Amino acid sequence: MSIDRRSFFKALGVTGVTLATGSRISAAPQPAENTEFVGMLYDSTRCVGCQGCEFACAEAHGLPAPSFEDLPVAGQERKMNETRRTVINAYQTSKGEVYVKRQCMHCNDPACTAACLTKAMLKNEEGPVSWRAGKCMGCRYCMVSCPFDVPKFEYHSANPKIEKCDMCFERVKQGIMPVCAEQCPVEAIVFGTRRELIAEARKRIHDNPGQYNDYIYGEHEAGGTGWLYLSPVPFGELGFSTTLQKSSYPALTKGFLYAVPSIFVLWPAILLGLHQATKDNSDNLNEDGDE
Amino acid sequence: MSNANYTATGEISRTSTWKFILSELKPKGKLLTPFNIISIPIIITGIILIVIRFWKGIGSITNLTQEVPWGLWIGFDVVTGVAFAGGAYVITFMVYILNMKKFHSIVRVTVLNGFLAYLFYAGALLLDLGRPWNVVNPIIGNSFGTSSVLFLVAWHFLLYMIAELIEFSPAVAEWLGARRAQRILSGMTLGAVIFGITLSTLHQSGLGALFLMAKDKIHPLWYSEFIPIMFFVSSTFAGLSMVIFEGSVSHRVFSDQISESNRKSHHGILHSLSKICAVAMFAYFTLNVLVFVHEKRWSLLNTPMGYWYLTEMIGFVLLPMILYFISYRKRHITLIKIAALITMAGIIINRLNVTVIGFKWDAATHYYPSWMEITVTLAVIFTEIWIFRWVIRRMPVLREATGPIDKTVQ
Repeated sequence: MSIDRRSFFKALGVTGVTLATGSRISAAPQPAENTEFVGMLYDSTRCVGCQGCEFACAEAHGLPAPSFEDLPVAGQERKMNETRRTVINAYQTSKGEVYVKRQCMHCNDPACTAACLTKAMLKNEEGPVSWRAGKCMGCRYCMVSCPFDVPKFEYHSANPKIEKCDMCFERVKQGIMPVCAEQCPVEAIVFGTRRELIAEARKRIHDNPGQYNDYIYGEHEAGGTGWLYLSPVPFGELGFSTTLQKSSYPALTKGFLYAVPSIFVLWPAILLGLHQATKDNSDNLNEDGDE
Repeated sequence: MSNANYTATGEISRTSTWKFILSELKPKGKLLTPFNIISIPIIITGIILIVIRFWKGIGSITNLTQEVPWGLWIGFDVVTGVAFAGGAYVITFMVYILNMKKFHSIVRVTVLNGFLAYLFYAGALLLDLGRPWNVVNPIIGNSFGTSSVLFLVAWHFLLYMIAELIEFSPAVAEWLGARRAQRILSGMTLGAVIFGITLSTLHQSGLGALFLMAKDKIHPLWYSEFIPIMFFVSSTFAGLSMVIFEGSVSHRVFSDQISESNRKSHHGILHSLSKICAVAMFAYFTLNVLVFVHEKRWSLLNTPMGYWYLTEMIGFVLLPMILYFISYRKRHITLIKIAALITMAGIIINRLNVTVIGFKWDAATHYYPSWMEITVTLAVIFTEIWIFRWVIRRMPVLREATGPIDKTVQ
């Protein structure tokens, strides 16, 4: 059966619409390999658990100061929430008490950024991941996706915000280090480019093999993170997830997203073909004569 | 009664269309039916709760936590509701693409059901958005998060609602007596159907793909890279089971709307649907077994979550599949309806297992929906049924179309 003008235009219209829609849906470009992200190196062998970073962070971001009664105690996990972007926890380990600072890891290829449908969560080219109120619609898909459970949501506000560490992005843009690194009295937090920090971490492990567990947490976790951790003990003892995949989380959805344009091109063609093919079998022959 | 109404509808002139719409807005039928007595207080409570939610924040009426940011409203209203709406794309596929005229009498009601499900359940999504005034950002403006699965799902919801509205629009035109518009709209049906099926394939699977990045949070028995395919395959029989269920209820409640010939053919339709469901469920079950064996999950079975998984797979997939097979062989209509109910329960269990029950299953504190979340969900469902009933009583959905007949199908 030959295709007449009307069904040709019909097909053309369907294909046009789907092509237009299909092209919009593509996976975001990966950050270029040569981008030099900044990051932070946190050395838990140096941290004394003074919570100075918590106070500085709260002050810098207009959040309530931590309570003086709420101290890090081994066995009690203090969690980040919508009023605190970073917390210090204490862990009783095989090598005595160890303090660990937690905050957003600023992944190289963040799940939250890939999840965000309005680009409110943004991986800046300098490295920090920041949240933009004007874009966010509050769907909380970033919270579902983040493997570190970092973004926090103000459930009790009519105009809720997402709270998370932004690595003091406004300061970093001007080349100033984040407040937590600046105020740390024992230099447990070092600011620098990620490449320099990894070199520094390796050097520390090499120079003091007895003091460190030979592992840099964040070098490969979730495809690499902006925050890098050194520890005297295996990271499992410090409440870190040691089973996270080493490749990036957005890679998990790439396969699906890449299939979308193909389906958009193939499906209408197949469906129209099926329609034409089965139409001939239709027992109502009058219609065929009509067309 | 309905026929008399319809004749009146057919003859109205264009100038009185608005007057006609106004008159149609008035309720028909008795006010104090059992359904109304139950649904009205729940809808009113739901509206009050929604006001509180927008005034005091989402946390004021939900039990959501920082660890479990999506609860009943996403897991049930959106993810499960959309699976049940899958009947529309399957039935339009059979009727308009495969030209299976047998199912033509249920196309309109299924499409209406699908459209309303999207309207209300995707609409319920707005309740769950913390900053709903920014909801237009992914649609207009310069904020396209194209790497997001949710971006794709949001666009597809919007476009699919438009496609379904076009598919249903001839019935609206007929109700308003707009013959010419009806002819034009009918001509757009095939395009809308093709577009709609493509969109459905992608967003039914897309709802599953949403959870791909939550790899470490979902119980391994429910997480696999094949979630999108599982969601798509199960949406076919979820939708058809809903069609069976809805059809059985409609034939009882709206019996005055249904012609004698359609009443007779309905058993044949149910019969064919049961066969399609059985085959789709067999494929789904096999896929699940393949994933289970391939990922070597035997060690997970002898745990509480493992028993729950077996309950879902055997009690709510294998069992209704067998029931569908038997009812097809023995032409047993009641058994088909029972199988449909069990299948629907199974879909609810499956979607909640992925989105809520298996999500952070190992956390110290679990999420349970608050009574207020449940009430709002019920209010949404009841409001949808009210609208559904309003449309059925007025537009030619269940009753035979008397206007120019759908050209594409004939």
